Amino acid sequence: MTGTRLIVGPFNRVEGDLEVHLDVADGAVRSARVNAPLYRGFERMLLGRPPSDALTLTPRICGICSISQSAAAARALAAAGGHVPAPQGERVAALIHAIENVSDHLTHFTLFFMPDFARSCYAGRSWHARAVDRFAAMEGAAARQAIEARAALMHILGLMAGKWPHTLAIQPGGVTRAPGPRDKVRIAASLAAFRRYLEDVVFGGPLEAFAALSTREALMDWETGDAGLFLRIAADLDLDALGRGEGRYLSFGAYPLAGGHAFAPGLWRCGARYPLDLSGLVEDVSHAWMLGGPAHPGEGQTLPDEDMREAAYSWCKAPRLNGESYETGALARQVIDGHPLARDLAGGGVLARVAGRLLELARTQGLMEDLSRGIEPAARFMDPAPEVREGAGAGLVEAARGALGHWLRVEKGRIAGYQIVAPTTWNFSPRDAAGQPGPLEAALVGAPVAQGDETPVTVQHIVRSFDPCMVCTVH
Amino acid sequence: MNVLWLQASGCGGCTMSLLCAEDPNILDLLADAGIALLWHPALSAETGAELRALLDRIAAGEVALDVLCVEGAIARGPRGTGRFQMLSGTGRSMLDWVRTLAPLADHVVAVGSCAAFGGVTSAGGNPSDAAGLHYEGAHRGGILPPEFRGRAGLPVVNVAGCPTHPDWVSETLMLLAAGALGPDDLDALARPRFYAEHLVHHGCPKNEFYEYKASATHLCEMGCMMEHLGCVGTQAVGDCNIRPWNGQGSCTRAGYPCISCTAPEFEEPRHAFTETPKVAGIPVGLPSDMPKAWFMALASLSKAATPVRLSRNAVADRVEVLPSPRKPRG
Repeated sequence: MTGTRLIVGPFNRVEGDLEVHLDVADGAVRSARVNAPLYRGFERMLLGRPPSDALTLTPRICGICSISQSAAAARALAAAGGHVPAPQGERVAALIHAIENVSDHLTHFTLFFMPDFARSCYAGRSWHARAVDRFAAMEGAAARQAIEARAALMHILGLMAGKWPHTLAIQPGGVTRAPGPRDKVRIAASLAAFRRYLEDVVFGGPLEAFAALSTREALMDWETGDAGLFLRIAADLDLDALGRGEGRYLSFGAYPLAGGHAFAPGLWRCGARYPLDLSGLVEDVSHAWMLGGPAHPGEGQTLPDEDMREAAYSWCKAPRLNGESYETGALARQVIDGHPLARDLAGGGVLARVAGRLLELARTQGLMEDLSRGIEPAARFMDPAPEVREGAGAGLVEAARGALGHWLRVEKGRIAGYQIVAPTTWNFSPRDAAGQPGPLEAALVGAPVAQGDETPVTVQHIVRSFDPCMVCTVH
Repeated sequence: MNVLWLQASGCGGCTMSLLCAEDPNILDLLADAGIALLWHPALSAETGAELRALLDRIAAGEVALDVLCVEGAIARGPRGTGRFQMLSGTGRSMLDWVRTLAPLADHVVAVGSCAAFGGVTSAGGNPSDAAGLHYEGAHRGGILPPEFRGRAGLPVVNVAGCPTHPDWVSETLMLLAAGALGPDDLDALARPRFYAEHLVHHGCPKNEFYEYKASATHLCEMGCMMEHLGCVGTQAVGDCNIRPWNGQGSCTRAGYPCISCTAPEFEEPRHAFTETPKVAGIPVGLPSDMPKAWFMALASLSKAATPVRLSRNAVADRVEVLPSPRKPRG
C-alpha cells in the first residue's frame, strides 16, 4: 500500500472543533497533524477590562470545563492581589470543582468514548452485543443512567454555585454562598446517591476496591460493571499498545487546600517524578496561525495571523517545557500523585488514559465525601478580596482533562495581559520550531488503518482517549 | 420531527446544560416528543466521512430538515471569509454551511445568546467578527438577512441565555414538534415568551431586601445586589427564579448578581459585571418601565422604613435576625 492522505473531520464526541490530517502508509499512520480550526480570541477580549471581569468571561471559554476556568481566574486574581481565600471557602470551591471534574469523566467515558465500541466494524467480537446494549450512541442504557446520575449530582452545583455551567460563585476570596447545616446534609445525600450509582453501574463493586488496584494485571482482572466491560474490550483489542504516549506527564496539582493539594503537582519524565517548575515554559507559535515569537505565558500575547500562512496549520499554540512536550490529564495526575496502578500504566496508550480516568473517578468520590464532611457551617466562606490595581499572578488548576493555567497582569486597575494555557493546548499542540510533534500527533503514529477507511476507528479511540476540549484549546 | 444540531463559535455550554434536563432525562424527553436528532456533536455516533455524507444529502434536499439548531455565534472573520471557524473535514466555513442549511430548514433555532446575538464570542472588540444568526447585538440582521424566515414562516427562534436552561431548549423543541409555537409566542427579540415574559426578579429570594433597598455590599452577603453589585435581575428576562437551575439554583440564590445573559450585548455592560455604576451615588440602571422619580421616591421611603432585621441580614452571610411573627392571641 502506497501512501495516502486522510483528513478526518468533523470530529464529534470531543468538545469543540477538531480536524486530523493523516499520512498513511503500509496500513498504519506514518505522521499526523492536528488542527484546531476555530479562533475566538478570549485573551484579547479581556484586555483593558476590570480584572474581576475575568471571573465572568473566562468560564464562558468552555461549557464543559467552566468551573475549572473560573477556579483558575479566581486563583490568578488572588495571586495578583496577594490575597488568601477563606479556608472554608477554598474547601467549598474544591468540592464544586471536583463535581465538575467527575461529571466530565463520566460524560467522557459514557457519551464520548465508549460508543465507538458499538460500531458495526466490531460486530462478531464476543463483547459487541453487550457494548451495543450499554453504549450505542443515543440508544444505550448506560447513557441514560449516566446523564441522570450526573444531573442529580449537579444538584450540589445548583445549591452552592447557582447553576452549571458558568457560575460566578468562585471568587478570589472564597465562595459567594455560605452553606448551612441543611445544605451540608443535602450535599452528603447527593454524594451518597452518586456513590451508589458508581458502585452499582460503573464499577460493579466498592470504589475503594477499584482504587486499591495496584498493578496492570490486577486491573485487567476487574470484571464487573461498565469498567469491567471496557477492560474486556481493552484486552481483546490491545488498547494498551494503541496510541502510546511518550511517558512525560505534567500536573499543576488538583484542589489546592490549606494543607496542600489533594492530587500533587509535579512532572514525570524518564520514569521519575520532579517538582513543578514552570520557568522553562514557552508557547511556540511556529506552526500556529499566530504572530510573534515564542514566549512564556507571563509575557505572551495573542496576535492571530489573519493570512493563515501555509507553514502553520492550527490556531493552537505549542506549549513546551524546557523544550519538551508534555501529556496532561487524569493519567498524568494519578502518575504524579504516586498511585501505584497509574505508575504501572505510565507511558501506555488508550487503556492507560481511560483507566487513569476511571481510577480518578473512584478516588475523587472519596475526596468529595471528605470535603463535604469537613464543611463547618458556622465558618466564614468568603474573605472579600479588594479589586487588584497593580500586579501579576498565575492561577494553576487541574481541569478534568489536565493542567490549566491563567497568567494575568494588571496595570492601573485594568487587565494588561491575560494568557491561558489549556490542557488540550498541551495534548493537541502542533509541531514546534524544532519539528517536535504534540502528544496526540506522536501518539497517532503507528495506528493501524484499514484500506479504504476514511475515518479510522483506531484514530478515533486514540483521539478520544485524551478527552480533548478544543474550545478551551482555541480560547 | 428531526433536528440537526451544529456547534459554531461558542463554548458548547448550552449542550452541556441541556444534558442536565431531568424528569425525564433529555434522551427520553426528546424521543417521547417524537424528536429525532439527525446529528448532534456530543451525542451522535457519526463522525468524519459519515457526517459529511449526511450534510451533503441535506444540502441536496435528499433529507428534509425540520429544525436546524445552531449553538454558538458565527465567526465572519478574518476579513469576511469565515475562516476563523472551518467546519473540519469539509474545507468550508461554518458561516458558509449555516447560510446553506438555514434556508432548507422549516425552523431555525439559535441556542444560546451567542447564536442569537453574538454573545460572549463577540465581546471585547469582537476579535473574530462574530455575529448571531439573525441579530448582531440588538440589531436585526446577523449572518442571515433581517427578512429571513424559516420555511414554516417563523424568524430564527432565539433561545437566548448564557447558558440556556435545559428546559428552555427542550420545551422550545417540544412546542415546535407540537406545532404550538407561533409568531405571537415570541417576544420582540424572537425569544420564546414562555420564559422571556418573566423577569429574573420574579421569585428572587432577595425580593424582601429589594423592597426595602437593604443592600449587600460584598458578594457573600444576603442583601439585594442591585444597588452595589451589578445585579440587573429587575430588567432581565428569564424564569430563573421561578423554575430554578440544577435542582434548586439560580445566580441570585447562589449569592451573585444576574448579568442579564438572555439579553443582546450583555457581554459589554460598560462597567465591571459585579459593580453597579452610579451617578452621584444613585444607580444608573433603574427599572426601565417605571418613572425614575417615582422609583427614587419609593426607594427613599422604603429605605427609611427598613426593619432592623433586613438591614442587619442584608450585610450578613446568613440570617442573623429571625422573623418575629405576631404571637397568637390568648
